[in-house]
Amino acid sequence: MNVKYMFSLMAVILLFLLAYAGVEVAGLQVVFGIVIPYAAFAVFLVGFANRVMCWAYSPVPFRIPTTCGQQTSLPWIKQAKLDCPSTTGGVIVRMILEITVFRSLFRNLKLKMHEGGKLAYSLELFLWLGALAFHYSFLVVCVRHLRFFTEPVPFFVKILEKLDGFFQFGLPIVYLSGIVLLAAVIYLCLRRMLMPQVNYISLASDFFPLFLIMGIAVTGIMMRYFTKVDVVGIKEFTMGLVTFRPAVPAGVGGLFYVHLFFVCTLLAYFPFSKLMHMGGVFMSPTRNLPCDTRAKRHVNPWNYPVPVHTYEEYEEDFREHMIEAGLPVEEKE
Amino acid sequence: MSDLPKSDEILSGLEYEKKPAAGWMDTPVEIKKGMYCYASNVKSVEYLGLPNARTWNPLDDDWLLPENWQEILHKGFKERLERFRSFKVFMDICVRCGACADKCHFFIGTGDPKNMPVLRAELLRSVYRNDFTTAGKIFGRIAGARPMTLAVLKEWWYYLFQCSECRRCSVFCPYGIDTAEITIMGRELLNLLGLNIDWIATPVANCYRTGNHLGIQPHAFKDMLDFFVEDIEEITGINVEPSYNKKGADILFITPSGDVFADPGTYTCMGYLILFKYLKDKYGLDVTWSTYASEGGNFGFFTSHETMKRLNAKMYAEAKRLGVKWILGGECGHMWRVISQYMDTLNGPADFLEEPVSPITGTKFENAKSTKMVHISEFTADLIKHGKLELDPSRNDNFKVTFHDSCNPARGMGMLDEPRYVIKKTCNNFFEMPANTIRENTFCCGSGSGLNAGEDMELRMCGGLPRANAVKHVHEKFGVNMLACVCAIDRAALPDLMNYWVPGVDVTGITELVGNALILPGEKERETDLRGEPLPGMEEDDA
Repeated sequence: MNVKYMFSLMAVILLFLLAYAGVEVAGLQVVFGIVIPYAAFAVFLVGFANRVMCWAYSPVPFRIPTTCGQQTSLPWIKQAKLDCPSTTGGVIVRMILEITVFRSLFRNLKLKMHEGGKLAYSLELFLWLGALAFHYSFLVVCVRHLRFFTEPVPFFVKILEKLDGFFQFGLPIVYLSGIVLLAAVIYLCLRRMLMPQVNYISLASDFFPLFLIMGIAVTGIMMRYFTKVDVVGIKEFTMGLVTFRPAVPAGVGGLFYVHLFFVCTLLAYFPFSKLMHMGGVFMSPTRNLPCDTRAKRHVNPWNYPVPVHTYEEYEEDFREHMIEAGLPVEEKE
Repeated sequence: MSDLPKSDEILSGLEYEKKPAAGWMDTPVEIKKGMYCYASNVKSVEYLGLPNARTWNPLDDDWLLPENWQEILHKGFKERLERFRSFKVFMDICVRCGACADKCHFFIGTGDPKNMPVLRAELLRSVYRNDFTTAGKIFGRIAGARPMTLAVLKEWWYYLFQCSECRRCSVFCPYGIDTAEITIMGRELLNLLGLNIDWIATPVANCYRTGNHLGIQPHAFKDMLDFFVEDIEEITGINVEPSYNKKGADILFITPSGDVFADPGTYTCMGYLILFKYLKDKYGLDVTWSTYASEGGNFGFFTSHETMKRLNAKMYAEAKRLGVKWILGGECGHMWRVISQYMDTLNGPADFLEEPVSPITGTKFENAKSTKMVHISEFTADLIKHGKLELDPSRNDNFKVTFHDSCNPARGMGMLDEPRYVIKKTCNNFFEMPANTIRENTFCCGSGSGLNAGEDMELRMCGGLPRANAVKHVHEKFGVNMLACVCAIDRAALPDLMNYWVPGVDVTGITELVGNALILPGEKERETDLRGEPLPGMEEDDA
């Protein structure tokens, strides 16, 4: 058994027990329903902002964009406008493609060694597909949950629900996003467990959020399709939270609190973990800067003078040799 | 090197899917002969006034560190986090997805998991988490944190000098995490303790003093070029004597000094001389060479941002002193990375220079408006496009050429098509290597960023494996026998690499091909190319 994921799995199970027993045994509905959600949300907001500020506080002294295509050059040479953008517009498009379709990850190549020591590199899309499925289904699930926090429910949430439940089989309507999210999380987790290279580089902190999200998805699916929780009660409760008139709902079981507690844990954990790649992806100087480093001057705020070996010192060192070799000098002696 | 393993031994030892029994934090570093470079020479470190100059040996247990070395590192780490957003963001946002894992040539060539870019970065990140993050402080190892110990320091040193800062991993990273940037910071930190390698420290000291990395003094520099002038006169009947340190010349030309002293770079250097002579005679363009700024390659880049700035300062200083209009740069890798991404910020603004315009074609080099430095491939491509060069590509007919995109021009400035255009116009036989191994996906020669020493030959041959493998493919498929590149380190490193993996392939710079093909006004009928080999059709005469 691998310590790294066992540890994370145990942590998530512990969180489950904590919330379940806390509500069902100790009757701490107020703590798990009101205190922790507010605290977690506050930690998330302050932590996230803090982290981003902390990055922004460090300057970008040098422009170091990675050029993934032809530079802007002679007029008859075609520039790779997206991969080597020289304008702000180009950078914006590059970033949009990075953030919405994970373009760099799409480039992923798989290395294979064939007979006779021949190396070959072929397109490898599974990680990209897995990542896309995971992030988009998570997004859809989050947006769908706005139903619980808004009255009236905004039109786009309704539309999204319609689309999400397009393949209607049975009642209640099965939302694809939940299923895809769970499947994607399981895929990403199995990938970490089973692929030797990825397993080797993985830390416990890589497994923890995966198990946590798995827990969130499973408890969500359980409530919706199997235990059939009191949705009206929950909506009253969540509306109470967002309008700052919190009240504990009656007759909502432990599973709901577990779901909520998992979400709170994820929120609170977010700013202190690699999940901050959500904010950081916007800040990466290799991607978010135009490739105009030779055309425009960029200033380093902490640039300071350094000792240099001046021409005068150089000539001083070598004057005789230079004169002898017939090289021009400033001072003939 | 006699104890260099055979190439098939290296190949058969490669196993990418094998997972070591212990976790990487529990696998202590083993510094292996042939895989590391000698420690920096005390004199070089002293000359530059860098910290903690002393004689030390990586194989010794005791590295003779200052007593408060952990404190120095911690402080240095903190300073760099505050100065570089790149460093801070790259420390925080990696999700260890593994997309970079099999992209590094050193990983492909050694199979050593610590050469996966992600893990190379984790070597620093683990300490970062321990020292600077809340989660790391609370959860320690579970959160991937570990304290800085002597073993960790040795691991840093060993693996940070097994990265050639080629940036290939950064192309594939969904967040653009650039391991080169992390390596640069790590090496800066090591330099605070005097832990450089000699193949970097001594060239830096030499560049600082004499202007070039071998420490060639001005008169000897001229001697070496004179030698080429004689050779060219023998081949073409034309005296191409250049001017040196000439005030009021139109253009200052700076190339890596590797082109001046080591084959096959020397042939590229002859190409420069022929080209400039042609432009002088035909169009009156006055190009001058400098003995003071006689090194384009910036080994300071592999030391610290500060040292890079100290060496780089010479280029603008010399252009100003000579009063030239703008600067033309030769074929070099890290020289161009520095020019493209750092120079203007470090030592600009170059407001004493003019915005570069080719006086021959009238082309404005808009992309170099601020640095005022134009790459010779851009310059030559423009000349050829405008029909300003009289070329006889058949003189290169003995060569079946493929092009190696040198990492820094490819991924640090995006120069991909200009050299290709020049090759296609000067050669009749050009073949591309497989798509996933060229352009922005190009593989490093394995010897970049100061690893081009003799004592780490095994590392270099391992690191160059992916490049060589792609060359082997076109060698077998199309009979390619010439590997062209635009980098002096490439020209120094690739011949050994080809010899080892793909015998029968030579290495050339682009301008050597130009020099062969260019018809100088009044030249005699050439019988040999710049290497002294008979031209196509001249073999019989020779016999």
